[in-house]
Amino acid sequence: MTMPFYVAPEQVMKDRAEYAQKGIARGRSLVATLYTDGLVIVAENPSRSLHKISEIYDRIAFAGVGKYNEYDQLRVAGVRHADTKGFAFSREDVDARSLANLYAQFLGNVFTHEMKPLEVEILVAELGSGGRPDQLYHVAYEGTITDEDRFAVLGGDAETIAERVAADWRPDRDLADAVRSAVRALAGPERTLGPPDLEVAALSRRNGRRTFRRVTNSELESILDGGSPDTGSEPPRRTAGGADDEAAAQGGDGNGRGNGNGDTPAG
Amino acid sequence: MALPLFNPTEDPGPDFVSLLRRSGLPAMPQGSEVVPSLRHATTVVALRFADGVVMAGDRRATEGHAIAHRAMEKVFPADRFSAVAIAGAAGFAVEMVRLFQTQLEHYEKVEGVTLSLEGKANQLAQMVRQHLPLAMQGLAVVPLFAGYDVGRGAGRIFTYDVTGGHYEEADFQATGSGGRDARTTIKLGFREGLTREEAVELAVQALYEAADEDAGTGGPDIVRGIYPTVAVVTADGYMELPESEVADRFGALIARKRAAQEPTGGVTSGGEPA
Repeated sequence: MTMPFYVAPEQVMKDRAEYAQKGIARGRSLVATLYTDGLVIVAENPSRSLHKISEIYDRIAFAGVGKYNEYDQLRVAGVRHADTKGFAFSREDVDARSLANLYAQFLGNVFTHEMKPLEVEILVAELGSGGRPDQLYHVAYEGTITDEDRFAVLGGDAETIAERVAADWRPDRDLADAVRSAVRALAGPERTLGPPDLEVAALSRRNGRRTFRRVTNSELESILDGGSPDTGSEPPRRTAGGADDEAAAQGGDGNGRGNGNGDTPAG
Repeated sequence: MALPLFNPTEDPGPDFVSLLRRSGLPAMPQGSEVVPSLRHATTVVALRFADGVVMAGDRRATEGHAIAHRAMEKVFPADRFSAVAIAGAAGFAVEMVRLFQTQLEHYEKVEGVTLSLEGKANQLAQMVRQHLPLAMQGLAVVPLFAGYDVGRGAGRIFTYDVTGGHYEEADFQATGSGGRDARTTIKLGFREGLTREEAVELAVQALYEAADEDAGTGGPDIVRGIYPTVAVVTADGYMELPESEVADRFGALIARKRAAQEPTGGVTSGGEPA
């Protein structure tokens, strides 16, 4: 019978962290930033159907980097948590902070107790309302949770990209301007990124009850082409209640992901 | 509340009802006792027109012979392209609608695509069927479901019975205690390819006639300014008509009814101011 070698706990943690960081660094990054009408998340993602950014609830979005199956499992758990909570209590009682904490606990637990840490970093973004500010919660692979107030960068090359975002940062940008800045930061000086390489979604205050909407390929194209400030700005939306004009935008890409069923259903 | 994570073999998938059961929250009561007085009686109607469907319902809730609530909503958006109206035990019915709305949105978010209209209708049927034990005790919930089928580009209507049986209607349907009178009114005015205006007018007329004949159905409440709910579902999605527009239509209808009561002959229409 062989005796197991003694490994110092510091070493175990270091190895696990290195393993997770390597996995995350293999994936591509994403940038989330505030703009005048809400929050926009820009991710480098060549896939049209395996999304990095998704809707969790009326005012909450989720974004993940790293291993797809791992963060997708967390996304579904988030949707379940939010829908259950909203059904048991009320829609206003669903908040990003408690969800981000649950994610942090789960990731921390897996990091210390399981063989393999999750190779993911996630972002829980919430559009503020009724005096609550917009929130960006960044949860790392080992469960560290940070609360960013202007922008968040997740992924392998996060530090360099964050420097580029910070250097270019201005408050009160419109959607097109914010997206262009995020794309420049993601691409860096040597590359250019086009609509096929990107996934963009926003939580927009102009969108009715369900604020989440995907920025379609054609819209993204006009945003990235638009040199002048008035092209590629966010198309006008009806502000109060009523069905939003998402049908036109969503119908075009044929996946029928209808958004926001108009005004709040009684509930 | 813990993070709801499941083993792949026990995962509830996009089914919100089974998620609730797994989380220990009962989705709908499976109870065994009969509640003595319950809120009941209704008229809800749905009819197809050229661009989609119109759905309308009165606002009265009753407990026995008393009026329990004068401004109850019975027509709800189920999601962006469908509407659901309820008749029956109000408490359960409203809860069923809430569950149904959450289920449709839950499916859409988990799966990334919306259910087909047929899929939504089936989902509602399962909820009605689960309610059967309570329905046998007299607490029936009978919804009416209508929506715009994005694939076919047309409005479709589904009716239900207490056992969860659901049947697609060709043109129109009405349920609730005043359903018979409403149905007859629509039957007389219906033709293929109605415009939105005509369809809304017909729905308003049907509700008026139902309230005229049925004690459990509320008519337009001019004193309090409470009017039936009228909603339209088309390719643009679900849209509820503003109350002022519904009020105008009932106003015009009442004026026509009054004019019809006047003695016949050219005398009154001739010139005497009313």
